[in-house]
Amino acid sequence: MLSVDGLTKRFSGLVAVDDASLAAPEGRITGLIGPNGAGKTTLFAMAAGFLTPDAGTVTFAGEDVTAEPPHLRARRGMARTFQIVQPFAGLTVRENIAVGAHLHHPSRAEAMERADAIGKRVGLAKDLDRAAAGLTVAGRKRLELARALATQPKLLLLDEVLAGLNPSEIRDILPVIRAIRDEGVTILMIEHIMQAVMNLCEHVYVLAQGKMIAEGPPIEVSRDPQVVEAYLGHGAAARMQAAGGADA
Amino acid sequence: MSARDLLLPLIAVLVLAGLAFSGLSGTLLNLLIFMMIISLAAQGWNILGGFGGLSSFGHAAFFGTGAYTTLILQTSLGVNAWAGLVAGVLLGAAVGAGIGFLSFRSGLKGSYFALITLAFAEVLRIASNSAPITGGAAGILLPLDYGFLNLQFDDRRWFALIAILFVGAALALTRWLERSRFGAYLIAIRENEQAAQALGVDVFRVKLGAITLSAGCTALAGVLYAQNYLFVDAHVAYGPWISIEALFAAIVGGLGTMFGPLVGAVALLGLGEITKMVSGGVPGVDLLVFGAILILTVAFVPGGLMSLRQRLTGRRRPRGETALRSEEGA
Ligand SMILES: Nc1ncnc2c1ncn2[C@@H]1O[C@H](COP(=O)(O)OP(=O)(O)OP(=O)(O)O)[C@@H](O)[C@H]1O
Ligand SMILES: [Mg+2]
Repeated sequence: MLSVDGLTKRFSGLVAVDDASLAAPEGRITGLIGPNGAGKTTLFAMAAGFLTPDAGTVTFAGEDVTAEPPHLRARRGMARTFQIVQPFAGLTVRENIAVGAHLHHPSRAEAMERADAIGKRVGLAKDLDRAAAGLTVAGRKRLELARALATQPKLLLLDEVLAGLNPSEIRDILPVIRAIRDEGVTILMIEHIMQAVMNLCEHVYVLAQGKMIAEGPPIEVSRDPQVVEAYLGHGAAARMQAAGGADA
Repeated sequence: MSARDLLLPLIAVLVLAGLAFSGLSGTLLNLLIFMMIISLAAQGWNILGGFGGLSSFGHAAFFGTGAYTTLILQTSLGVNAWAGLVAGVLLGAAVGAGIGFLSFRSGLKGSYFALITLAFAEVLRIASNSAPITGGAAGILLPLDYGFLNLQFDDRRWFALIAILFVGAALALTRWLERSRFGAYLIAIRENEQAAQALGVDVFRVKLGAITLSAGCTALAGVLYAQNYLFVDAHVAYGPWISIEALFAAIVGGLGTMFGPLVGAVALLGLGEITKMVSGGVPGVDLLVFGAILILTVAFVPGGLMSLRQRLTGRRRPRGETALRSEEGA
């Protein structure tokens, strides 16, 4: 469904994404993990057309879309969520989702109806009439998902939609994501919560300092020493520090 | 949009028409006509500034184009006033599309967009003040000649009625914005351009459509102004006064609301007139009142007068407020 090949992005000296490639096969949930600042969000932004890569190509459903602006990619069936949520703050939750639904439903009434159904599906039923600005962090994450879903995408790019949710909220949303996949939507997700990655993804890619350092089934990847060093090294260091602090 | 959506615009037209024919004195009838003209200009401004969050300081560019176009066509080509009206609106809209194309192509927003529109209007003002086609500094006079085809009426109530009908049409247009995909996209762009793009919104085209509609509506105000006073010069047509009044009326009335610009125009001009009468006509005192009202509105009723009604009835409607805030933040 989606493949990116040799993507590179430089920000004045810093190479945020360095010759990275990945593929998200149709009908699957693919994961993209990596430590903070690895370049995951930057890679997403290039895949969705919000940033122009310095090198490399983005292929969607067999077509090279590297030069296409984001709204055309959305019309082809690519939808992304934003890690830093981007609600239409002054609108209600229903109106927010309806903007997404409008992509395939020109009629206002129909778009609003779709918005209702999708809002309920992601657990925003009682917030539909609230201003998006008044939602909790978890609510805003759900709204990101709902809006993207409302465009009836073929491919969903989810950037840390589970971050900020508590364990019971995560338990509630996992089946929703799986059900979206079961309907035939391809998903590529960035996620820090390993429990969710293990649970959802058949295949994960690991990005560290802009480079793709490993890929494979989540269990295998999590045992890869290179990954443990690059990715879990962060956490391990922190834990060691914390343990040291407790001892003193 | 359903027939029910047109009910409120229709009621507004009936009330205003009733007022026009209620035996108002000549002065009050003139004031009513002027209110309708400013309302139209502000309704145009509201489409772009209120719904789209793109505040312009240069709607005079459209107002003036409407005014000059119809008078030039009538005086030098003998075209009838209605054809002049249509041409004025179309040309005004075209100027809007042109300014929009240049500004939105280069991604201008916020204060940059406001300043560029002001610059365009000023260029037009200076050019029209010296160009022969616009009558130079002397301006253009339209000879008095009553008749429906000339859009000139001995009984000024008829002119008031026509202006009221156009205000009603602009209300209906705004209602359509609130009920259509185009309007939803425009509001989405105001609230968050990036998010809108991610959902498939062609930001450039929607903005371009909005400025074209907005300019056409304000150009119609200019046509009516010229037709009402039978005169236009560079200051009247392209001067900053109309850009400011359009913006004031829309903000004071309530950004992004259907009735906001009309309510704002009536309130501002009504208060301005009262002040002039009370103060015995000190020049510029109405401008002082405008400024004071704008400051009070932004400080205490950021959603405009229309939000007062919603506050009273307890309906939450944050749109106008956020439009104002995003304008400051931009
Ligand atoms: N617009 C930008 N300008 C300059 N530097 C940027 C920009 N966007 C990202 N960066 C830098 O690029 C690197 C990669 O950032 P990115 O947000 O893609 O990482 P990430 O993997 O998504 O991290 P996180 O897990 O914290 O979300 C970081 O060092 C970041 O500071
Ligand atoms: Mg990120």
